[in-house]
Amino acid sequence: MLTQMIIRKLFNLRNANKRNNLKLSQRCFSSHLPELTKNRYSVKRGNYAVLTEDHKQFFIDLLGSTRVITNPDECLSYNVDWIKNVRGYSTCILKPKTTEEVSNILAFCNDNRIAVCPQGGNTGLVGGSVPVFDEVVLSTSLMNKIYSINDTSGVLVCQSGCILENIDNALEEHGLMAPLDLGAKGSCHIGGNVSTNAGGLRLLRYGNLHGSVLGLEVVKADGEVIDLLSTLKKDNTGFHLKHLFIGSEGTLGIVTKVALQCPPKPRAVNLAFLGLQSFEHILRTLKRAKQELAEILSSCEMIDASTLDVCTDNLKLKSPLSQYPFYMLIETHGSNNEHDQEKLNKFLEDAIAEEYILDGTTTNEINKMKHIWDLRERITEGYTKDGYVFKYDVSLPIEKFYSIVPAMREKLANEDTVRISGYGHLGDGNIHFQVSAREFSQQLLKKIEPYVYEYTSDLRGSISAEHGIGFRKPKYIHYSKSSGSIKIMKQLKTMFDPYGILNPYKVLP
Amino acid sequence: MARVLVGVKRVIDYAVKIRVKPDKTGVVTDGVKHSMNPFDEIAVEEAVRLKEKKLASEIIAITCGPAQSQEALRTALAMGVDKGIHVEVSGPEYETLQPIHVSKILAKIAQNEKIDLIILGKQAIDDDSNQTAQMTSGFLDWSLATFASKIEKGEKDVTVTRDIDGGHEVVTLKLPAIVSADLRLNEPRYATLPNIMKAKKKPIQKLSPKDLGVDTTPRIKIISVEDPPTRQAGQIVPDVDTLIAKLKEKGHC
Repeated sequence: MLTQMIIRKLFNLRNANKRNNLKLSQRCFSSHLPELTKNRYSVKRGNYAVLTEDHKQFFIDLLGSTRVITNPDECLSYNVDWIKNVRGYSTCILKPKTTEEVSNILAFCNDNRIAVCPQGGNTGLVGGSVPVFDEVVLSTSLMNKIYSINDTSGVLVCQSGCILENIDNALEEHGLMAPLDLGAKGSCHIGGNVSTNAGGLRLLRYGNLHGSVLGLEVVKADGEVIDLLSTLKKDNTGFHLKHLFIGSEGTLGIVTKVALQCPPKPRAVNLAFLGLQSFEHILRTLKRAKQELAEILSSCEMIDASTLDVCTDNLKLKSPLSQYPFYMLIETHGSNNEHDQEKLNKFLEDAIAEEYILDGTTTNEINKMKHIWDLRERITEGYTKDGYVFKYDVSLPIEKFYSIVPAMREKLANEDTVRISGYGHLGDGNIHFQVSAREFSQQLLKKIEPYVYEYTSDLRGSISAEHGIGFRKPKYIHYSKSSGSIKIMKQLKTMFDPYGILNPYKVLP
Repeated sequence: MARVLVGVKRVIDYAVKIRVKPDKTGVVTDGVKHSMNPFDEIAVEEAVRLKEKKLASEIIAITCGPAQSQEALRTALAMGVDKGIHVEVSGPEYETLQPIHVSKILAKIAQNEKIDLIILGKQAIDDDSNQTAQMTSGFLDWSLATFASKIEKGEKDVTVTRDIDGGHEVVTLKLPAIVSADLRLNEPRYATLPNIMKAKKKPIQKLSPKDLGVDTTPRIKIISVEDPPTRQAGQIVPDVDTLIAKLKEKGHC
């Protein structure tokens, strides 16, 4: 037993860094700070109050001095996103512990026209969670209580600042698991997941948060607490207001509590990592996987060769296969391992026999599965080592899923780039597409945007499948939403937050 | 070219949190994810590499245990082992199967199969005995090198680099010999689909301890299995002076 623990540590050492890297990279900011957002993107500051000593004193009286951070060094990590795309210059970070404190903070900010940037784990990829100027940052990091887990109904109720992985670990004790899983799980907060309607790796099987969030408690800009914290599976009484706060990125209110419907933790998990020749073969494999693995299929992801290189070259992870143009990860969740393995093996044997899969490996050993998942989950982190990353997250019709990568390679053939590649949630028609360059360049940005959005819009895709709009994309929202719907969004914003203090410069154009 | 024997044991996966049975007779294994003992996997990998370098002619993997133990054999076969031997031991007999019995089984099979080199994991991560390689060496009267971090096979001998406290020791053993594998020996491969498919057609021979003339009467009785003591919660002190005062109070400085 003791060796079991020691070997776990040793193995983890051998496969060093892991997810801690993400946390580390959030702290080590000394080098390569991005330019201030207001300069890089020439934004104009809104007519908000500039924070005075009196304002700060109010916060200190409310929270105590340890939960109001004003030291510039400590403020820094709250001002920069982890992929170092944007940087604000807030001088005041607030760390409430209760809904009441959030309510008092917002009421005060609303009365004094102080802009507020809500922040969870700060793992967002579109600059939605960091201030643009000097907004006060409201961090949910101390709102980390889990209130209840019901073994029978599978409902969890917790505060919005709970880290997803901690929730998952707590659920495991009850034979349950979180309904979503993503690469940033060790840092991201459930409130942030809800506010951005985070998708993740198993949306294909467990659906998105509009389905699994049963209820929310939300604080409006004026400090009013709205209790939508239902724990019922069915509740058709009036308008379904909770949905407004799922995916509105903290612009309509701050989520303080969450009730989640959690599925049972699968007793049998199997994972296959496959090498394929072409995107045509990927589509064929996807179709067959849906038909043949049917109810046990839990994830179906794609990685192109150039993307896998960021893991093998930049992060020194080992791929279990030799080189192929494309790779797929196919995962199954079920209750009976023999049944699942038989199904998966039959599916893979046929695929190899018919030669649409060239090579692959399959495992149900926990650590081996983790190593394979690392090749997928740590791509974002690996990419940051290329330099500056232009990241896009689009939904496209499945047949055209990969077409954006060759189109972009052609368009940028004469530009100075490090890598142009794509990977993503094949089963959900959601590709993460990126261009990396040694450093940020306006010229390159102009070549990519708005072309990438026009391309997506022409195919009736979504310009932001799961990352949201944040700071980086409001001016492109019209590529995916009609003017009528944008108008209603603006009306709703005015109704919920008349002075626009909540997460300004984000989401709406 | 050498004939190589490797031992594989199916144990609770090392990533699983271990739970002690309420009556303290052992740990909960029902419904718990099992995998091949990680050190055995390293032993298998080393044997397969020897074969790939044309230094081994045939690799046989052996496991002792109930029907499910065959999973570990299948994994070994998919990694490149040629043949499996399953010595079936189940129920209460398996619960009290001890390194001395396994060593006798290994010794017997090594003789029957005319083995030149036995590679074993240095220990199984469930019972942490670290005895099997040593005892097998005793029964066979073969040379032994434990905790190998490097194996170089010659014509009639094998040179082993051993991980020892604070450094390495290099020893040369005459064949036939036994080597136990440590963590740094290699990084085991992932079985590829074509090999997993091929492995299904590879033979697994079934035997019982009786067939081999091995008496499995237990020699050791387990009195109790207990959790490690839980760590006491920490305490937050307001400043360095209080910290030093507390440390002095407890005699730490």
